[in-house]
Amino acid sequence: MSEITAEQVAHLANLARIALTEEEIAHLTTELGHIMQAVEKVGEVATPDVPPTSHPIPLQNVFRADVVGDDVLTAEQAVAGAPAADGSRFVVSAILGEEQ
Amino acid sequence: MARAALMDFDKALELFEPVIGLEVHVELNTTTKMFSSAPNPANSAFHDAAPNTLITPVCLGLPGSLPVVNAQAIRSSISLGLALGCEIAASSRFARKNYFYPDLAKNYQISQYDEPIAFEGSVEVELENGRVFQVSIERAHMEEDAGKLTHVGGSTGRIQGAEYSLVDYNRAGVPLVEIVTRPIFGAEADAPALARAYVSTIRDIAISLGISEARMERGNLRCDANVSLRPRGQEKLGTRTETKNVNSFRSIERAVRYEIQRQAAILADGGSITQETRHWHEDTGTTSAGRPKSDADDYRYFPEPDLLPVVPSAELIEELRAALPEAPAARRRRLKAEWGFSDDEFQIVANSGMLNELAETVAAGATPAAARKWWTGEIARLANAADRDATTLVSPAHVAELAALVEAGTLTDRLARQVLEGVVAGEGSPQQIVDARGLAVVSDDGALIAAIDQALASQPDVLEKIRDGKVQAAGAVIGAVMKAMQGKADAARVRELVLERATAE
Amino acid sequence: MSDLIRLTAAELGERIASGDVSSVEATRAHLDRIAAVDGAVHAFLHVDTEGALSAAADVDRRRAAGEAFGPLAGVPIAVKDVLVTEGMPSTAGSRILEGWIPPYDATPVRLVREAGMIPLGKTNMDEFAMGSSTEHSAYGPTHNPWDLDRIPGGSGGGSAASVAAFEAPLALGSDTGGSIRQPAHVTGTVGVKPTYGAVSRYGSIALASSLDQIGPVTRTVLDAALLQDVIAGHDPHDSTSIPEAWPSMADAVRRADVAGVRIGVVKQLDSDGVQAGVRSRFHEALALLERNGAEIVEIDAPSFEHAIAAYYLILPAEASSNLAKFDSVRFGLRVTPEGGGTVEQVMAATREAGFGPEVKRRIILGTYALSAGYYDAYYGSAQKVRTLVQRDFDAAFAKVDVLATPTAPTTAFKLGEKLDDPLSMYLNDVATIPANLAGVPGISLPAGLAPEDGLPVGIQFLAPARQDARLYNVGGALERLLEAEWGAPLLSRAPDLSSHEMAAAEEGAI
Repeated sequence: MSEITAEQVAHLANLARIALTEEEIAHLTTELGHIMQAVEKVGEVATPDVPPTSHPIPLQNVFRADVVGDDVLTAEQAVAGAPAADGSRFVVSAILGEEQ
Repeated sequence: MARAALMDFDKALELFEPVIGLEVHVELNTTTKMFSSAPNPANSAFHDAAPNTLITPVCLGLPGSLPVVNAQAIRSSISLGLALGCEIAASSRFARKNYFYPDLAKNYQISQYDEPIAFEGSVEVELENGRVFQVSIERAHMEEDAGKLTHVGGSTGRIQGAEYSLVDYNRAGVPLVEIVTRPIFGAEADAPALARAYVSTIRDIAISLGISEARMERGNLRCDANVSLRPRGQEKLGTRTETKNVNSFRSIERAVRYEIQRQAAILADGGSITQETRHWHEDTGTTSAGRPKSDADDYRYFPEPDLLPVVPSAELIEELRAALPEAPAARRRRLKAEWGFSDDEFQIVANSGMLNELAETVAAGATPAAARKWWTGEIARLANAADRDATTLVSPAHVAELAALVEAGTLTDRLARQVLEGVVAGEGSPQQIVDARGLAVVSDDGALIAAIDQALASQPDVLEKIRDGKVQAAGAVIGAVMKAMQGKADAARVRELVLERATAE
Repeated sequence: MSDLIRLTAAELGERIASGDVSSVEATRAHLDRIAAVDGAVHAFLHVDTEGALSAAADVDRRRAAGEAFGPLAGVPIAVKDVLVTEGMPSTAGSRILEGWIPPYDATPVRLVREAGMIPLGKTNMDEFAMGSSTEHSAYGPTHNPWDLDRIPGGSGGGSAASVAAFEAPLALGSDTGGSIRQPAHVTGTVGVKPTYGAVSRYGSIALASSLDQIGPVTRTVLDAALLQDVIAGHDPHDSTSIPEAWPSMADAVRRADVAGVRIGVVKQLDSDGVQAGVRSRFHEALALLERNGAEIVEIDAPSFEHAIAAYYLILPAEASSNLAKFDSVRFGLRVTPEGGGTVEQVMAATREAGFGPEVKRRIILGTYALSAGYYDAYYGSAQKVRTLVQRDFDAAFAKVDVLATPTAPTTAFKLGEKLDDPLSMYLNDVATIPANLAGVPGISLPAGLAPEDGLPVGIQFLAPARQDARLYNVGGALERLLEAEWGAPLLSRAPDLSSHEMAAAEEGAI
């Protein structure tokens, strides 16, 4: 199961939206193989009778009242940290390429 | 884009059985968003806000920000689940659905995956032709809406050819309940109409609960329609497509019909259906291929670590169940029985969208027959002529008042129509208009007898005929009297008096 | 060196409260120290000289006007760059957030400000807290004040080094798998990871949401307790925040006494894998506690062996999702490929350029662990191991009041030594990770110097969830006993950085 191929790493990089270079993909393929070998023994002790734990401290029904908070930002504040904005909206490149 | 070949609908139904599945998103009208205390644009108080003004650090997914669940959104979701006949999960939880898109501030959507808040329900849906379906609900789960992209450049404002896009996150985080049906079999030629009627029923339920404005044109209610065909006699389901961007009730019906015809043409031609998302185009009445489903749709769901399980108490569920309004289908059945309408009579009312007005008119004292007569008759005619919604023309209370004036003999039908026009023109209540225009029926026999005697005297030949037993000749005299009274007389009383005066002498 | 910077936070707070020293004087003394030594230590990514002096003047003014403050009012504090600060850059050690100024304060930052404390600036860290050496910072490593060629631990090496180098009396840190405790171990300081949910995570740039916890980085156990008393408490902005009120940790330190306390030694973490000097100091400390009335019990925690494996699945999985928001749209870096590109290509190019190798490694690993077909085997199994680790803790705490382990297997290693060997770097966290998986609190405090290399060694105590006060009791008692033996705090034996002051000044680095 820990056999990881370069194609897989390239696919994961695409899912994670990172434009990895060929060198990085080659390097990560080797490293991930080693790391997965070290970590996949979790499967040995994780028998079906053991329930998973997603939260270390069990709490439930944590809700807030349906009331507008005091942390509402202005549009200027909202876009202040953006790489590109038109004053009140964020500007991004075209969603589709020319061929699409 | 080449126009797809379509098969004739009846022919398609001969060869294939349509199977549909519907996913409806309902935007809740809570004051604040699902996981943030920012104002909710799906609440009428915050419609049409300027871009990025309904925003907290949570809506922008700013580093360090954390979601907290809106208690009212939970209540609304449970109410909706109960109204759909669902089980409410003893424990449900949120999960992250991971994918990158610029309208998704965190590049994951907080949704529910393996533990939705409501599941296993059933909704009764009645078509315009009176056919009733029981639609099974697989699940209803809570999630957050995404922001809005505006595509700039290119010629059409569409995503294709745009040079860049603008992002407004006001809608990001609006609470949604997604309701998913099980595959619906057996609708056959009614499949398109059923899809429409189902979404319409969901709207009625949401409105009766008061949990959503449920306006399709505003995007409060959105429908994705899954359609697949299987050849007659085949057990295995066909490959389905999912049509998105269907923004009106009429479009739902058209889109399902279109997909049935399109898929039938492909299958009959020996082709195969691609499992894909398709987009509905209102202007052309067609669908076009979106992204094919692929392993790129690996959403890597996992339990949302920033949020905790929702474990509603039995008390809460019972409180919300007790507060549920009557289900729309049950209410229709009850009203039909109470009003004593025939199937056809009731269907006309139900399809006219004036059921609530009728009910209120009856509640205000009118007989069901009178209420039906006014709403589906004169009021509908006026609305049609003015190209307006009948329910905006006149209030049920005024209609009831009008009907009472007719019942009491104060107004004839003809006079009542004049009064109604006055009400629609905003001149006041029916009684006020009667008083102001002096439209009441003349019930003083003395004035009538004087007019009758004058008419009989000027038409001696008619008087002769009546005396000879040709009672129908009286019509000419009655007409003359009504004209003399400017219509403000009860024709039946005039007739009685005419016969009386003619034979008395 | 000014005497003011040698004072503990508690002492400095008292001097300020008595009117003996002003907050401005205390703040200026620390800013001077930063100017003198940080060129060599590089604990800070950003120093807010103006903001700190003005905040200090404000506290002085309000105090003069009769306003009542808590014990740490007027005391300067360093803030790990993982916490967002309104008006101060917040990068989490990453190029992708360079220059971003948040529009809001993290809850712990707001609380220290409200307590009258003076944020000096932001401290260096491994990028997004991924690392055990602070070498993965995009802005260059921090150096261990005990030996500038060695790592200060990580990810919170900046906060620990700032405190060890007397640049700040105390600091805020974050601990996902040991990022507060392991730096404390290698810098001869005190670090506490409170119970998960004790301190709000609101405004802490998330690494692994179910593991992250904010906590104190100090030179004494009392200072840590005073700081935890300031930052702990329910926050409605963090759903995982514990709603109940907390007892005073400072009181627990002041009343510290180990007589009758049962201390469990985890067999699995007391092995040959631990450096000899680290192990010997650990056992000497236990012996000292035993001589003072504590009972030492051996504890078996078999699942701890799998903790690292589970951790290195859960952490990357959650991180891969948490770090998806860094996409060039709303904040931070944007890199456009040559000749332009679609938004998808811009996102991918930005993340390629903005993330360092360790961050990419873990994002890819986490994406893998969550992807279709692998979830059950990896992420799902890791969550089950988490249950097993919790059960081991439950069984242990049925027998003992606290657990004790060496904080980390070795003393500070050389900068660059493990940079190309991620697996061996990950092993540094073997003793600290179980607490994060189970949500229980842990403290690391100085146990002495390893004889073989003269470098600091820490000892870790772990307590049941919500029983943070037990750590302060045992930690406070051990600190007092050890300092009585040593005759002075361990840090008094740290090298004097004034020679670096000179060198740095000559190089024009100040």
